[in-house]
Amino acid sequence: MTEHSSGNTANRSFDIMKILRGFWTNSGIVIVYIVLFILFSLFIPYFFTLRNMIALGLSVSMVSMVACTMLFCLASGDFDLSVESIVAFSGVIAAVVINMSGSVFLGIICGIVGGGLIGLMNGLIIAKIHINALITTLAMAQMVRGFTFIVCGGQARSIGNANFFSLGNGNFFGIPNPILISILCFVVFGILINKTTYGKDSLAIGGNIEAARLAGINVDRTKIIIFMVQGLMAGFAGVVLASRMTSGQPNAALGFSLDVISACVLGGVSLKGGIAPIKGVIVGVLIMGTVQDAMNLMNIPTFYQYIARGGILLIAVTIDQIKQERLRKST
Amino acid sequence: MDGYLQFKGISKQFPGVQALDNISLSVNEGSIHGLVGENGAGKSTLLKILSGAHTQTKGSIFIDGKEMQFKSIKSARDSGVAVIYQELNLVPEMSVAENLLLGHLPTKHGFIQTSILDAIADRQLASLLEDIDPHTIVKNLPIAQRQMIEIGKALLLNAKIIAFDEPTSSLSEKEKKQLFTIVRSLKKQGCVIIYVSHLLNEIFELCDSVSVFRDGKLVETFEDMHLVNNEIIVKKMVGRSITDVYGYKSREQGETVLEIKDLKGPGIQKPVNFSVKSGEVLGFYGLVGAGRSELMRIIYGLSEKESGSIFLNDKEVFIKNPGNALASGIVLCPEDRMREGIIPVRDVNENINITVRKNFVKFGIFLDQVKERQNATDFIDKLKIKTPSLEQLIRNLSGGNQQKVIIARLLSIETKVIIMDEPTRGIDVGTKSEIYQLIYKLAESGKAIIFVSSELPEVLGISDRVIIMRNGQKVKELDRADVSEKKVLHFALPENNKQNTIS
Repeated sequence: MTEHSSGNTANRSFDIMKILRGFWTNSGIVIVYIVLFILFSLFIPYFFTLRNMIALGLSVSMVSMVACTMLFCLASGDFDLSVESIVAFSGVIAAVVINMSGSVFLGIICGIVGGGLIGLMNGLIIAKIHINALITTLAMAQMVRGFTFIVCGGQARSIGNANFFSLGNGNFFGIPNPILISILCFVVFGILINKTTYGKDSLAIGGNIEAARLAGINVDRTKIIIFMVQGLMAGFAGVVLASRMTSGQPNAALGFSLDVISACVLGGVSLKGGIAPIKGVIVGVLIMGTVQDAMNLMNIPTFYQYIARGGILLIAVTIDQIKQERLRKST
Repeated sequence: MDGYLQFKGISKQFPGVQALDNISLSVNEGSIHGLVGENGAGKSTLLKILSGAHTQTKGSIFIDGKEMQFKSIKSARDSGVAVIYQELNLVPEMSVAENLLLGHLPTKHGFIQTSILDAIADRQLASLLEDIDPHTIVKNLPIAQRQMIEIGKALLLNAKIIAFDEPTSSLSEKEKKQLFTIVRSLKKQGCVIIYVSHLLNEIFELCDSVSVFRDGKLVETFEDMHLVNNEIIVKKMVGRSITDVYGYKSREQGETVLEIKDLKGPGIQKPVNFSVKSGEVLGFYGLVGAGRSELMRIIYGLSEKESGSIFLNDKEVFIKNPGNALASGIVLCPEDRMREGIIPVRDVNENINITVRKNFVKFGIFLDQVKERQNATDFIDKLKIKTPSLEQLIRNLSGGNQQKVIIARLLSIETKVIIMDEPTRGIDVGTKSEIYQLIYKLAESGKAIIFVSSELPEVLGISDRVIIMRNGQKVKELDRADVSEKKVLHFALPENNKQNTIS
């Protein structure tokens, strides 16, 4: 860097470079998204239309909601692979309960609480029996999926009460409810991660679990809460999905857990824990969704879309890794 | 100045610290060169540069007249350099033979040839004077034998330059003799040997020449060991008289604050009793594994006690986790700063406030960021923490400043008893002295201080009273008036080791 500091003009350009570089290291992915968005708007017909924007928002709403709580799992150095099964489970539970009791409210509550209970179990096993999150949530994902099939007898359960459908299909001033819920989630969990002891304790645990324990943080309790909230949120997402599809589908959300984790990682959330910016998650979710949407508009076949999505994730993470290493070397 | 191994003008800059400043040094084939200096003087940094783990900011290394560019540990190894650290790099779950040849296992069509592997291992172990079955799993071996395997590994790679970093710190007297025999035979074979040790008697016994480091500078190299003695070296090492560094002041002492009765738990062999008064600095000394840190971990609620009780101001307290300890006013500055102290990826502000922030919160969970920033700013000021901003990641600070952040974290809350476990490890002399002054100040304000260290001069220099531990037991308690290095070592060393190590 010292070669820049000769002469006055060089100094000033060095300052601008420094600011730009600082912005790039902190918000590189945001810039990438903005550029991407502008390019798509210019070159893809129908991309920048209200209808497409709403479709885009709807397509990422499920991932958005669950990514908000996955953020805390990742912040604390764990992750949760059971969310996909919880989404299906809660949808089916809501469907069954509504059909049996006729009460929409009861169905929604049962779906959410069911998800929360599974999350609580995840948390207890991880925090108290010290089995790692990968194995615990992987095992739980399979068990819950199996249980879901048993509950509905292997068949999708269509829901008889039409009042329930307004949760996922209604709108407010033209904006569909799932999008509004997603935005609300981003705001609430953004505040939680940055402005509360819950968020900062999660980050500290992921940053250095031993140090967090010595500093007096109740590590076990925090982990249990993180997984329980994750379960509640996945349960809620499952209920919303059931409402949109007007049925509980036991096959719903296959591969969804990895979609959520990829979106977070794409936005710069560290898998090692301790680093979890909410703005990264928002951008990560949006990039995934936008690229998918653009590919659909361009009629790119699904098979190629898989390749593109995997490639984008790998490239983004590689760039981030290079950035991190350069940062480490310079200090 | 044209030995086989040459350092020319080596400097290393870490953020905020000049770890090495223009070091030039030359060592010949078939000689043993000692490096001495206090913790943080730069010896380990030099070894890390030699091993390729760090890259120097300035200067170059020459081997046999050729300039070397070590980009990685592997490239240094390929050039015949092996550094044997205190912490060994063995795979504990694998066998001795596999560890010896790891990375170079003899194979045929991709399959490991067990018979050749065993034969090489047998021969290597024999040359190391070790009687170990090559199939033994490494984790079942005592530390000393593991160290021999590490040396064997280096020799199998045809290392010509071998550096030892404090190799005897965990060895018995017999094992030490064995190590010395091997080091001498390496010297006869023409190896260049660098030997780092705190124990000057070892340096005099083994080395042909010695260099003294202080604060990142090479103070002096003595080519002829007959022209120096202990006293000259210590003077060069410290650079000033010991009393200046510690600056001990006696204080008024108050009531007993913490009393430990018959405490026993993991790592403690016999129930321990002791107490510490308000205004007192109580030193704990013992060799590695003597049970000092284990005892502190029990008091702080990190490991579960088996029996005994803890009294705070004459009232029994029940501590099951660090949260309980903190709530009753006992804080611990942990032994291993990197592993248990700092949260490297978070900033200075968060690292200071991590414990106290729950006392500042509004509506139960919302952080009071104004109060937090105020608290952090106050401590940065008070403890003279060198950081460009509150938002600087703590991992970018120097070791001394990281330690100050940890201390700020502890002092942010109401405390009665402050336990400091090796608070000056790996910290430069200037900061050490600041930490001692801070300890006196805290004691003067009525805190009870427990100071644990494996550096004897330091414990003697600042404590009002010293407790000596050995083999998980408290063996002796001495008042400041009664302590001497010789006396303390007499109690701290294992029985069979005593005659040899006191110099």
